[in-house]
Amino acid sequence: MPAVSKGDGMRGLAVFISDIRNCKSKEAEIKRINKELANIRSKFKGDKALDGYSKKKYVCKLLFIFLLGHDIDFGHMEAVNLLSSNKYTEKQIGYLFISVLVNSNSDLIRLINNAIKNDLASRNPTFMNLALHCIANVGSREMAEAFAADVPRILVAGDTMDSVKQSAALCLLRLNRTSPDLVPMGEWTARVVHLLNDQHLGVVTAATSLITTLAQKNPDDFKTSVSLAVARLSRIVTSASTDLQDYTYYFVAAPWLSVKLLRLLQCYPPPEDAAIRGRLTECLETILNKAQEPPKSKKVQHSNAKNAVLFEAISLIIHHDSEPTLLVRACNQLGQFLQHRETNLRYLALESMCTLASSEFSHEAVKTHIETVINALKTERDVSVRQRAVDLLYAMCDRSNAKQIVAEMLSYLETADYSIREEIVLKVAILAEKYAVDYTWYVDTILNLIRIAGDYVSEEVWYRVIQIVINRDDVQGYAAKTVFEALQAPACHENLVKVGGYILGEFGNLIAGDPRSSPLVQFNLLHSKFHLCSVPTRALLLSAYIKFINLFPEVKGTIQEVLRSDSQLRNADVELQQRAVEYLRLSCVASTDILATVLEEMPPFPERESSILAKLKRKKGPGTVPDIEENRKERNANVNGGPNHTSATSNAKVAAPAAASSTDLLGLGSSTSLNSTPPAAAPPTAASLLVDVFSENSPPVSAPAHIAVPATAAPAADDNFSSITTKSFHVAESILADVQEPTDKFVCKNNGVLYENQLLQIGLKSEYRQNLGRMYVFFGNKTSTQFLNFASNVVCQDTLASQLNVHLKPVDPTVDGGAQLQQIINIECVSDFVEAPVLNIQFRYGGTLQNIAVKLPITLNKFFQPTEMMSQDFFQRWKQLSAPQQEVQKIFKAKHSMDTEVTKAKIIGFGVALLDGVDPNPSNFVGAGVIHTKTTQVGCLLRLEPNMQAQMYRLTLRTSRDTVSQRLCDLLSDQF
Amino acid sequence: MIGGLFIYNHKGEVLISRVYRDDIGRNAVDAFRVNVIHARQQVRSPVTNIARTSFFHVKRANIWLAAVTKQNVNAAMVFEFLYKMCDVMTAYFGKISEENIKNNFVLIYELLDEILDFGYPQNSETGALKTFITQQGIKGQHQTKEEQSQITSQVTGQIGWRREGIKYRRNELFLDVLESVNLLMSPQGQVLSAHVSGRVVMKSYLSGMPECKFGMNDKIVIDKQGKGGTTDEAGKSELGGSSGKQSIAIDDCTFHQCVRLSKFDSERSISFIPPDGEYELMRYRTTKDIILPFRVIPLVREVGRTKLEVKVVIKSNFKPSLLAQKIEVRIPTPLNTSGVQVICMKGKAKYKASENAIVWKIKRMAGMKESQISAEIELLPTNDKKKWARPPISMNFEVPFAPSGLKVRYLKVFESKLNYSDHDVIKWVRYIGRSGIYETRC
Repeated sequence: MPAVSKGDGMRGLAVFISDIRNCKSKEAEIKRINKELANIRSKFKGDKALDGYSKKKYVCKLLFIFLLGHDIDFGHMEAVNLLSSNKYTEKQIGYLFISVLVNSNSDLIRLINNAIKNDLASRNPTFMNLALHCIANVGSREMAEAFAADVPRILVAGDTMDSVKQSAALCLLRLNRTSPDLVPMGEWTARVVHLLNDQHLGVVTAATSLITTLAQKNPDDFKTSVSLAVARLSRIVTSASTDLQDYTYYFVAAPWLSVKLLRLLQCYPPPEDAAIRGRLTECLETILNKAQEPPKSKKVQHSNAKNAVLFEAISLIIHHDSEPTLLVRACNQLGQFLQHRETNLRYLALESMCTLASSEFSHEAVKTHIETVINALKTERDVSVRQRAVDLLYAMCDRSNAKQIVAEMLSYLETADYSIREEIVLKVAILAEKYAVDYTWYVDTILNLIRIAGDYVSEEVWYRVIQIVINRDDVQGYAAKTVFEALQAPACHENLVKVGGYILGEFGNLIAGDPRSSPLVQFNLLHSKFHLCSVPTRALLLSAYIKFINLFPEVKGTIQEVLRSDSQLRNADVELQQRAVEYLRLSCVASTDILATVLEEMPPFPERESSILAKLKRKKGPGTVPDIEENRKERNANVNGGPNHTSATSNAKVAAPAAASSTDLLGLGSSTSLNSTPPAAAPPTAASLLVDVFSENSPPVSAPAHIAVPATAAPAADDNFSSITTKSFHVAESILADVQEPTDKFVCKNNGVLYENQLLQIGLKSEYRQNLGRMYVFFGNKTSTQFLNFASNVVCQDTLASQLNVHLKPVDPTVDGGAQLQQIINIECVSDFVEAPVLNIQFRYGGTLQNIAVKLPITLNKFFQPTEMMSQDFFQRWKQLSAPQQEVQKIFKAKHSMDTEVTKAKIIGFGVALLDGVDPNPSNFVGAGVIHTKTTQVGCLLRLEPNMQAQMYRLTLRTSRDTVSQRLCDLLSDQF
Repeated sequence: MIGGLFIYNHKGEVLISRVYRDDIGRNAVDAFRVNVIHARQQVRSPVTNIARTSFFHVKRANIWLAAVTKQNVNAAMVFEFLYKMCDVMTAYFGKISEENIKNNFVLIYELLDEILDFGYPQNSETGALKTFITQQGIKGQHQTKEEQSQITSQVTGQIGWRREGIKYRRNELFLDVLESVNLLMSPQGQVLSAHVSGRVVMKSYLSGMPECKFGMNDKIVIDKQGKGGTTDEAGKSELGGSSGKQSIAIDDCTFHQCVRLSKFDSERSISFIPPDGEYELMRYRTTKDIILPFRVIPLVREVGRTKLEVKVVIKSNFKPSLLAQKIEVRIPTPLNTSGVQVICMKGKAKYKASENAIVWKIKRMAGMKESQISAEIELLPTNDKKKWARPPISMNFEVPFAPSGLKVRYLKVFESKLNYSDHDVIKWVRYIGRSGIYETRC
């Protein structure tokens, strides 16, 4: 670039800026700026034309004023004039002004584009560079539209200067990032790859960035780049440090280019061709060798550049995961870094090792560093490094070292930072479960965990202990004994009381033989903690007491006494009061047989994936840990009864649904049962059933039968558990973003809640008139945090797009916590349709991107206009529509009760007019209506004949179009 | 009550910080700086609430004074205190500037300790304060025991604002009626809002403990006297000059603490023992029958997109024998003004680009006269579609009468112990009417 000569320095600008800086107050500054603006205005207005220098100076001043935060509403034209100047400095200022100040909808955009076009065609490299920089800096869609074709042409043209090629590559990269759809992939793509062979290293560096981005999108188009990249890399790696002159940075040859090439290679699997592969391996070996050499300089830049290349090479090795020797060497190299005095290096080493640990070739090698890592955990000063150490320990854990690692983590937990405690607790819980050889160790570990960090033990952890203890006969006795001992500590955590209450309630009988833990002692021990606990725990303890009554009839009196006390029977908390009353009655009324049935031991839980693991995944998001987890599982093939699915996938998203269906410990069933039973049916679990049992009217014989039906209701009637678990179930569900089917409930009504999870609630309100409809969608943010980048769009699949016009009004991209956002969707029905459009919602919550897709309940019947008609007319029309394909008939069984009023309401809700006195049989229903679409109108007649005895319906539909008949029939028949 | 008081310079650096209560933490200092002084949008409200803490601020030149409290205090009281504090500081070291505050740093803390105790305002009478807070350092050596005890008895006594034993060879008093008239007028000459806020400032050099009585043409008093028939002829002839309008209606007024409020409430008479030296006797406000000294007639014509013609006529509306002074008319110009030509018959007019206005200054103007200015404003076409908001034309002036019509009827001085009577006191009365916000829309 031409140097700015002294004469070009703008004195006026310098004076102005120093004036502004010297201003004592804001007012003084504003005065000075007003004065300057007036001066510039009079200059621009002046009759005589300004020379380039003063124009440049004034535009510069305007730019400065704008950057101070004042509005500028003139001077754009002068800036555009500067673009056509032949002087570099003037052109540069013009471009600067435009890239900062001109917004895309300005009328000047055509002039600007024209000036840019001229410069691009000018063959003057500095001007071309300026123009390319401007395109990249603005980077708007309009720019992309105007120049998406030109930039690639310049990039691959044979006669373009190197510096221009460099800019063109980076400019194209930017356009590709902002508006990928506008940058056409054409014949230039093949030629871009050959830029990797360019003489000029700057061009290669820029091109590598471009190719990496492009290759991530269409890997197939750029396959050829692999061999070129390897060749280039090997030339760089083997070159003497002085060969590359400008591109040698502190004795390291072209570090940036090397890093970029290594990144590019990470887009592809290891090369097939043995020769290339050999060459690449050689390169990587050389890089590893170089790391061993003594540093050529003591400067930090030297080691930084060297290590950057090294770490990128290690990532590539890990990515390929195919060369055992390289993996082991990389691991050893990282092992050296573990004790480096540079904190960043230690951090990076731990992080890379984490990924190395998941490779089968290097897993053993990683394990050799266990002592160092444990040491790092203890002595490291930086919390983030300690966190990485924990991650690495977790990743390198297997059956051989589980006990050691768990013990170390437990001991670290006592001094760990509060921010990472919960995560460590989860990790310990998982490792303990996964690698437990004997379950006594597992029980000990978890109890220890609760003792050390009870506050951080989430519900999933203690649910899981109970799941495992209940499912394993061999540990039940041990667990009861250990819990009993642990409870004897004067102060124990509430979570321990929960576990204790549950386990003793179930298996207290196993240790009752010992006089030191006789039933009464057990009960007294539990009851001594009762008053220190919160309500849910107390509720659980009450359940444990009633179980005691079943297990040990000898303490019945004592327990009844406790239940009868005022603090229980008249407890302010309704839940506790109800339990106390019901349990007391149950123990008085029911016979031992009934008691034994009702209070039977908990049935084993279905084997599922560990709920804790699901929680850890949720916590981390689809990050590294789940990946490792999945990979490891493949090899370790399910050590214990934990995770069920062995599907070979390292994709956390695919794994998520499995996690979703299995997070609850005491869940009333699988997720399907929760979904299919309507909400009204779920609650009558324990509480209301028990009420039934005790009501005088119900025959005592039938009571056990009642209770036996929902198997889970029997054990201890922990209905509050069910509420907890449904909650956790919802939490887990949020991870997956599959398309929800539109619920049938919207067929006959227009308003309601469409979708709900723990973050978001979507409500609907819609109105239809003829072939037009308007839908108000309400997005309710249920959290207290803002949703960012909120966006929604509606997708009409294939044929639907031509049948239905759906238009969304744009909405605000942020939704405040607790706030509701309304979006209007305008719908126009062009012709009849079957599918429903899908509403895609995307937003950022916390750090993670959430995707939700819901089918909008827009069905054909929404466009009905009811038509009233007389009996005569009806039959006349009925006859007119007698062609066989116009009639659709369906006979089906009633799903709901056959109430006349309800049926009427449904038919009216469906959209047709209900015609009285048309059908000779008064119990039949007859309706008529017209469906309005943009193209046609479809008349529709329907007849519904209920058969009370058989609980069946016969639905007959006649419309003027066969497709409509079929669709309406399907829609309506699902409603009864 | 006030929890603390901070003084900042224009950069937001704290010059004085005095915290009276524990509920105000150190961070309050920064909160005000960040949210008010350095706020991106200029803060126009004098009261700002930040994190349940209220900040009351006034600005004097480049200096910010902020009182801070967490309680629900009487905002008017806090501002009254802040103004008083400004008066006290001005009385001690002149103009409030960063330089002066830095130089009198110790004195200010001393004053703050005296006039505010645990957040409750105390005696802030400059005259009284000056007897025991001085800039001459420790005075103990020079003061006799007697003098010290005298100060104590004065400050703690019933008449805290005046000490005993003052003696003047010439008993003299000056009475200034200072008014500022505020107006907003439509382009057609319709008064949209107008009020006068006035002050009666007195400077007294009287011996002993004189008892004073002040009379003015307050409507309530005049009406009552008219009915009762006991007109105070003596007082009227004394200060004389009461002619023209008979009486004025005062909307509200406040008095200096020396005025006996009980007497004012029962008899509507203003009697007091004055402090020595200068003080503000009363403040008042009127909204009815205001004499508007000037009338501004604007005429704005847009000629195409690039030109604007402005003509403004001012008419003086008072007795021809009186002279208005320091007249200044400020005509705002559009933001895209690129050139201005002005012609005026009287005074000087200039386009001030830094203020986006044409400023027209006239030194003197007699009553019942008329003057005119015309200007051509050239505009630069912009791509901004916003229309110019046309801010009002404002005016400044000073006239030698009270626009509210207030007249001093008498001020009588009684001193029974010393041998001088009302007739021996030399009294001076002066009326000054100034413009407040005097605007005409165009």
